Amino acid sequence: MNTPIIKVSHLEKNFGENKVLVDIDFETYKGDVISIIGSSGSGKSTLLRCINLLEKPTSGSIYFHGQDIQEKGFSLQEYRARVGMVFQNFNLFNNLTVLDNCTVGQIKVNRKSKSEAEKFALEILNSVGMAQYIHAKPKQISGGQKQRVAIARALSMEPEVLLFDEPTSALDPEMVGEVLSVMRNLANSGLTLLVVTHEMAFARDVSNRVVFMDEGLIAEDSTPDIIFNNPKNQRTRIFLDRMLNQ
Amino acid sequence: MPASFFEWVVFFAKKYGIFFLKGAGTTLYIALISTILGFLIGLAIAVIRTTPMDEHDSQAKKAFYKIVQAIFVAYIEIFRGTPMIVQSMVIYYGSAELWGLDMSPIVAALFIVSINTGAYMAEIARGGIISVDKGQYEAASSIGMTHRQIMISVVLPQAIRNILPSIGNEFVVNIKDTSVLNVISVTELFFMSKSAAGTYMRYFEVFFITCVIYFILTFTVTRLLLIVEKKMDGPDTFVIHGSQTVPSAVLKGTR
Ligand SMILES: Nc1ncnc2c1ncn2[C@@H]1O[C@H](COP(=O)(O)OP(=O)(O)OP(=O)(O)O)[C@@H](O)[C@H]1O
Ligand SMILES: [Mg+2]
Repeated sequence: MNTPIIKVSHLEKNFGENKVLVDIDFETYKGDVISIIGSSGSGKSTLLRCINLLEKPTSGSIYFHGQDIQEKGFSLQEYRARVGMVFQNFNLFNNLTVLDNCTVGQIKVNRKSKSEAEKFALEILNSVGMAQYIHAKPKQISGGQKQRVAIARALSMEPEVLLFDEPTSALDPEMVGEVLSVMRNLANSGLTLLVVTHEMAFARDVSNRVVFMDEGLIAEDSTPDIIFNNPKNQRTRIFLDRMLNQ
Repeated sequence: MPASFFEWVVFFAKKYGIFFLKGAGTTLYIALISTILGFLIGLAIAVIRTTPMDEHDSQAKKAFYKIVQAIFVAYIEIFRGTPMIVQSMVIYYGSAELWGLDMSPIVAALFIVSINTGAYMAEIARGGIISVDKGQYEAASSIGMTHRQIMISVVLPQAIRNILPSIGNEFVVNIKDTSVLNVISVTELFFMSKSAAGTYMRYFEVFFITCVIYFILTFTVTRLLLIVEKKMDGPDTFVIHGSQTVPSAVLKGTR
């Protein structure tokens, strides 16, 4: 069997007394599109943030192509350039234009020339339908547009894996579709995606695996078909009943 | 001899016009240079103070960092906690007494006002850095940028923009507060006014003129800074790019 791109092993994360991640084991292979679902406070964001070390795990290991990312000497910068992240609140660089948001990483981290970076950024912005807005500042565009630019910024680094933390939760309902459709295209392109989401339709129709988290544990990790039609875990069933009957 | 208030004002304006202008020039010069230097000092301190420690760093490095922090805190507290007029006396006469330093008053003035401003700026700049949304830093980290790159490209531009009004405020304060430097004989506006007034024993008329000049200086500076702020914010609107099909053509149009 080939090595997983990302492997999480016995991951634990406490915030003080609060045990947020109890014992997480989890693997991602190339081309996986994994939806992470679960109720509020179950630790979904914390898991994603631990994966790119925005949070330092309390214990346990995370491997990238078999390499321990917490080992001394491991290049965290290089790793993060390979594993992009899209945030609920976009976090576009407010001082930079749409175009510069998508070139700054290429230039500073990937050491590309400015013209090369701009050319590639434009291609990607075009693919998310934002090429018209290259001169705009983040505050001048809508939430859906911001999130598409944020996705373009992550893609500009040519990552192997993209982590999404509730990318549509901060959006007005009419803007959710445009972002989900970009994500669908990414899923179809073969990019590896880890998506924390409350969009059950996305989880069911787009992902090949669904992970249900409950109180800091992975309660169920299976195909969408099993999770949605025949969950093994009682808590999964209760959660989904609640989500789907809203 | 002039008889009325108005005649005295005209008399002084004519006879001492150059004198006043020179004083105003010196005041502006000290205030401007010291605000810039003070800003750089404050920014440097704030950047160092907000640098996170790496857990892999050695004990020696961590201890050194603690000591540096303590020195900065002492500097900030001492210079913010004592009047600049007293600092001027201590530094100017102290440097002569202790080290036989013969600073010219103007050099001493630049030194004193700069480090005094630096103490205030250090806290202003630190506030500016801390107030930049944490998400900006996290997003930059998530594409692999280093702390230094994030500070230079993302955090500091926003922090500096946000503290620009406070920097302008410090500049205005400095224009006014350089007047205390007359105690070490710096030939700034207040010193010049005092000499002119003393010659004729006409304090009211002279300092009326002085008052007007100070106000013109501070008012102009305030207006100019508002323009700078507007400039930094960039245009309210942006240009939509029509052609989406030929990326290179679009790019040529952008610069
Ligand atoms: N920086 C932090 N400091 C202290 N506690 C934290 C921190 N971040 C998260 N927590 C706590 O960890 C728990 C899990 O949070 P997390 O954000 O991972 O949940 P989530 O599953 O993403 O929830 P949601 O669906 O609401 O986003 C919560 O109880 C939260 O209060
Ligand atoms: Mg969350």
